[in-house]
Amino acid sequence: MSISLLKINNLKVRIGDKIILREVNLNIEEGTVHVIFGPNGSGKTTLVGAIMGLPQYEIVAGNIKFKGKSILPLAVHERVKLGISLAFQRPPIVKGVSLFHLLKALKKSEKDILSSAESLNLKDYLYRDINKEFSGGEIKRSEILQMKLMDPSLLMLDEPESGVDFENITLLSKIIKETLEKELPIIKRKKSGLIITHTGFIIQHIRTDVGHVILNGRILCSGNPQEILERIRKYGFEKCVECMKKKGNE
Amino acid sequence: MELSESDTQKLQKVGYDSSGTIPRAGTFLTKDHEIVSSETKEKGLEIIPLKTALQKYPWVEDLVFGLVSKEKDNYTREVAQRTPVGYFIRAFPGAKITIPVQSCFFIKTARFSQMVHNIIVAEPNSELHIITGCTTASYVKQGSHLGVTEFYVKENARLSYTMIHDWAPQVRVFPRSVAMIESGGVFISNYIALTVAEMVQMYPLAMVKKKGIARFNSIIYAPQGAHFDLGAAAKLVEPEARAEIISRVVSDGGEVTARGYLEGGAANTRGHMECSGLLLQDGGFIHAVPELKGNFPTTDLSHEAAVGKIADEEIHYLMTRGLDEDAAISLIVRGFLDVRLKGLPPELQHTIDTMIEKASLESSW
Repeated sequence: MSISLLKINNLKVRIGDKIILREVNLNIEEGTVHVIFGPNGSGKTTLVGAIMGLPQYEIVAGNIKFKGKSILPLAVHERVKLGISLAFQRPPIVKGVSLFHLLKALKKSEKDILSSAESLNLKDYLYRDINKEFSGGEIKRSEILQMKLMDPSLLMLDEPESGVDFENITLLSKIIKETLEKELPIIKRKKSGLIITHTGFIIQHIRTDVGHVILNGRILCSGNPQEILERIRKYGFEKCVECMKKKGNE
Repeated sequence: MELSESDTQKLQKVGYDSSGTIPRAGTFLTKDHEIVSSETKEKGLEIIPLKTALQKYPWVEDLVFGLVSKEKDNYTREVAQRTPVGYFIRAFPGAKITIPVQSCFFIKTARFSQMVHNIIVAEPNSELHIITGCTTASYVKQGSHLGVTEFYVKENARLSYTMIHDWAPQVRVFPRSVAMIESGGVFISNYIALTVAEMVQMYPLAMVKKKGIARFNSIIYAPQGAHFDLGAAAKLVEPEARAEIISRVVSDGGEVTARGYLEGGAANTRGHMECSGLLLQDGGFIHAVPELKGNFPTTDLSHEAAVGKIADEEIHYLMTRGLDEDAAISLIVRGFLDVRLKGLPPELQHTIDTMIEKASLESSW
């Protein structure tokens, strides 16, 4: 029997006075990778931000359970300790703090830091301020470097392919797949993933198990990721949702 | 010499090594008004009490109050009235002393008022690095330190002077110093204060001649109860002289006025000033006062100043990597203070790194 890792029930989230997510339900099982497709402004980033516990996302109603327990009372770093992690789409520059200093502060060994940086072609960036004057691809590789060393049970990726050229996508996907234990047979995988994307390109590089479409703060349909992506490409987000609903009713 | 273990530890915190294990080119230690140690280990380097220098070399007389005015204020007048206590450090022409000289002014007696006068001469084409630490015995709460220091950086000489303060909460400190940088000379002044002092007030001045360079770096962490009024001024008096004034100030409840003054008074002179301030809590302040005066058409002077708090976004980002809030703030503050000081030998940079590291562990951030 599959074990639920993340279970979200009727989640309602606001930023300031504006409700962004309404009645979101999502269940991610251990060892599976989910992908959420949605246009800009649909609530994708808010969803992963709320799971991470970032304070600008205020939970109005509903619950988020991780490994069977509600994580709503937990601060961001406590959620990290449980195994949740988030690679940002646009992380901030942290002046004066280098990737190396941060990873050392997280008690990662120098050997691991150097070898991971090498595998992501980031050796020259280790001692520079995080994200300062990094290109789009460098930002993503730096985020994935940190994820790889954090070794989370749930890896959330916010638009991992945006601003990344083809060569880098291949490299990023390789490291993401390693972090998600994709080399293991399916029944042995413990790591789960939640990828959010508006282009969908990433699922050509990383096999995902379940797809969802989010529109106006609601997850409106779920199913086979490839099938959903094809329909989105053919008909656009709104029509795809209608179409998938009809399919479900047939 | 009767230094207790706790004294030795205090000295170590300001970069003074009593164990002899860290390489030093020479040593000068003053306890209250007693000169405890004055020795030289390198050729081409002279370290003697200023009083001895005045007996040995008649020309030293002209250097005493040659740059700082006796009549500047009550503090300089007080120092001028006394037989000088302090050092005369000199690098001979062409001598390259790359290992730092260490000196320390130590207040051992409670309520002591320490008054010192120092003269430093870097003769033409020499290189000299000095660390001066100032501190008090652990039980001393009150006291004062008035210090006059005059720097003579001769043609093409290179002098770095790193001053580290670790005073007691009710100590009042009034250093007065001026540097004269002759053609092609380089003067680097670093000031580091990471603990409470009731009042530190200083405003060193560099007069920079043709193609000379003056650099001032200050690294300040002001906890509650600290009152710092400091900065640096540089007058570019001959063509192609350059100056840079950089300060990083953290107020953790303390009050800091960070001043800077650049004057471009000759052709093709250049100066830049940078003051960054971080406020960690309510109650303190950082008042940045950058001043520029250009009185020659081809001078190029600029400044940037920024005072603010750490962005929440940065703290939360670090928290998503597993640090709690305090650890995230501490990492950012450490990074903010960790200025790579240009032109220092690695040994001296290492001493400073260790100090910032130690201070960060001991302080409340």
